[in-house]
Amino acid sequence: MATRSATFPATAPASAGVLLPAFTLWWREVVRFYRQRARVVGVILSPLLFWIVLGSGFGTSFRSGQAAGQQHYLDYFYPGTLVMIVLFTAIFTMMSVIEDRNEGFLLSVLVAPVPRAAIVLGKVLGGTTLAAVQGLIFLVFSPFVGIHLTLASFGLIVLTVFLVSFALTALGFAIAWPMDSTQAFHAIINLFLIPLWLLSGALFPLSKASGWIRWLMYANPLTYGVEALRTLMYPEAPSTFPLPASILTLLLFALFMFGLAFALANRRTTKPAA
Amino acid sequence: MAPNSTAIDFAPPARPAKSAGQPIIAVRDLVHRYQERNALNGVSFDVHPAELFGLLGPNGSGKTTLFRILSTLMVPTSGSATIAGFDVVRQPGALRRHIGVVFQAQSVDAKLTAYENLWHQGHLYGLRGPELKARINEILTRVGLLDRSADRVETFSGGMQRRIELAKGLLHHPEVLLLDEPTTGLDPGARRDLWQYLQILRDQERVSVIVTTHLMEEAERCDRLAILNEGNLVALGTPEALTREIGGDVILLEARDPQVLADQIRTKFHVDATVMDKQVRTEIENGHRFVPDVVEAFPGEIQSLSVSKPTLEDVFIHRTGHRFWSEDAEAVPEAGKKGKKKSTKKLDH
Repeated sequence: MATRSATFPATAPASAGVLLPAFTLWWREVVRFYRQRARVVGVILSPLLFWIVLGSGFGTSFRSGQAAGQQHYLDYFYPGTLVMIVLFTAIFTMMSVIEDRNEGFLLSVLVAPVPRAAIVLGKVLGGTTLAAVQGLIFLVFSPFVGIHLTLASFGLIVLTVFLVSFALTALGFAIAWPMDSTQAFHAIINLFLIPLWLLSGALFPLSKASGWIRWLMYANPLTYGVEALRTLMYPEAPSTFPLPASILTLLLFALFMFGLAFALANRRTTKPAA
Repeated sequence: MAPNSTAIDFAPPARPAKSAGQPIIAVRDLVHRYQERNALNGVSFDVHPAELFGLLGPNGSGKTTLFRILSTLMVPTSGSATIAGFDVVRQPGALRRHIGVVFQAQSVDAKLTAYENLWHQGHLYGLRGPELKARINEILTRVGLLDRSADRVETFSGGMQRRIELAKGLLHHPEVLLLDEPTTGLDPGARRDLWQYLQILRDQERVSVIVTTHLMEEAERCDRLAILNEGNLVALGTPEALTREIGGDVILLEARDPQVLADQIRTKFHVDATVMDKQVRTEIENGHRFVPDVVEAFPGEIQSLSVSKPTLEDVFIHRTGHRFWSEDAEAVPEAGKKGKKKSTKKLDH
């Protein structure tokens, strides 16, 4: 098949497949994160501060007790805070796509015999892991807001957090892939991030939203994440959607976002790759 | 077929012998167009196995575009290029396992150790387990960094980081190594080491090495050169053959009015004299005989004069009619310095 110099030792195996390259890209993403201590500290402390300050402040300003047995706003705000942690971590980890591109690291991956699906999968799973772990660390505080988890509900919370993380990381990847500056990424992300979160039911319940805002919330995939978490954490509270419907919606959202990220990364162009 | 993923051996595998003279890289009528401008204008050349091949050109000559196309990062507008028999457009996946690429930009991850960088790289090429470990140790030994394998790359000097880049590119034992301006930012000692290593690779491993450069002294070390200018291949051959074709010597004269002097030389001596950077330049056989004649002919007009053997820069001037570093190229700090240094050096001859 190939013409090759006979004197030179064997080259690499015929196919690296998808899993090994995806694994190694995932591994790098995670190792890099934990080697930058400032990132770790920031990601854990800032949402905690945000939850306590904002939750306490809102709690005394207006009451949202109507939404079933939740006495304090800090309780209501808890699942929304968890989603916020996941949202910020997930999307911002994909800033590394832009950094990798500018540094030249991405180039060395692109010239390797690696399917683009493996690149997307590895990077996205890396971000997903970081976001999901950060979100789950926040669960340590759940006893303080009177949440008592069973093994089953804990497992479903992990699944929900994973799906939300995966979908949002893939969204971050899709936004970051065509970009060459982290400033531009910040600008676009802020445009997306705040409305996405504000209209997810994290701050105020869907049932209290009026008119068109309510429709926007229905259309927001994050709503189903917040809703699923709230149902799992406060089983007595009435939920707008049944849990399976929420999880199915999140699954479809995650698949769609991955497909989008893959489609963008799989284009070969006549433009410079970096 | 390529070897199976489970059987990686270091011994030369049985393969059909390559017929002599078959090129490892074949570039045919390659055209690349960015919006308005043609970055490559129908470039064709071959690279032979185990050849140290240079792509020489100033900034904007198209060499980086060519490099991107050969490394499968970009699809050309038209034309074709094959490496080891695989087409860069139609068979990028198969081609990628036969090439090692070293970019000008740093591709190593500074937060990882030398070993981790190579471990990661090996996985991308489907290497794993004991084989991968053996290859990492082998390649780290070869680039002289085995004792630093557990250190993070961020603690390395520029020269050591380049060696890790090279190790990354060679880990999967490619037949072709592509390097984009590999000595950028290196001190002279590290530059010399890198070039020596490239020569060892060619001689001992029979790797075909393709290097882009804008430095004449690096180009002179190549077996063969392709000189690019504004997207066109202006010269192709060994450095010796290219400089020989100029024939004779290059004479540079400084005068109060270079244009007048050039006109006078043309009419009196029937040679081609051009004005370049306020100097009169002419290529002539037996320059040592021409010198007394020309000084005699225009007494008091000539302020200084130099005779030199033609260099690759003279080849470039001969083929393109302008200097290697034009005025706007001098804006690039390193490039500008290089160009000036070269021209003063020539006057010293």
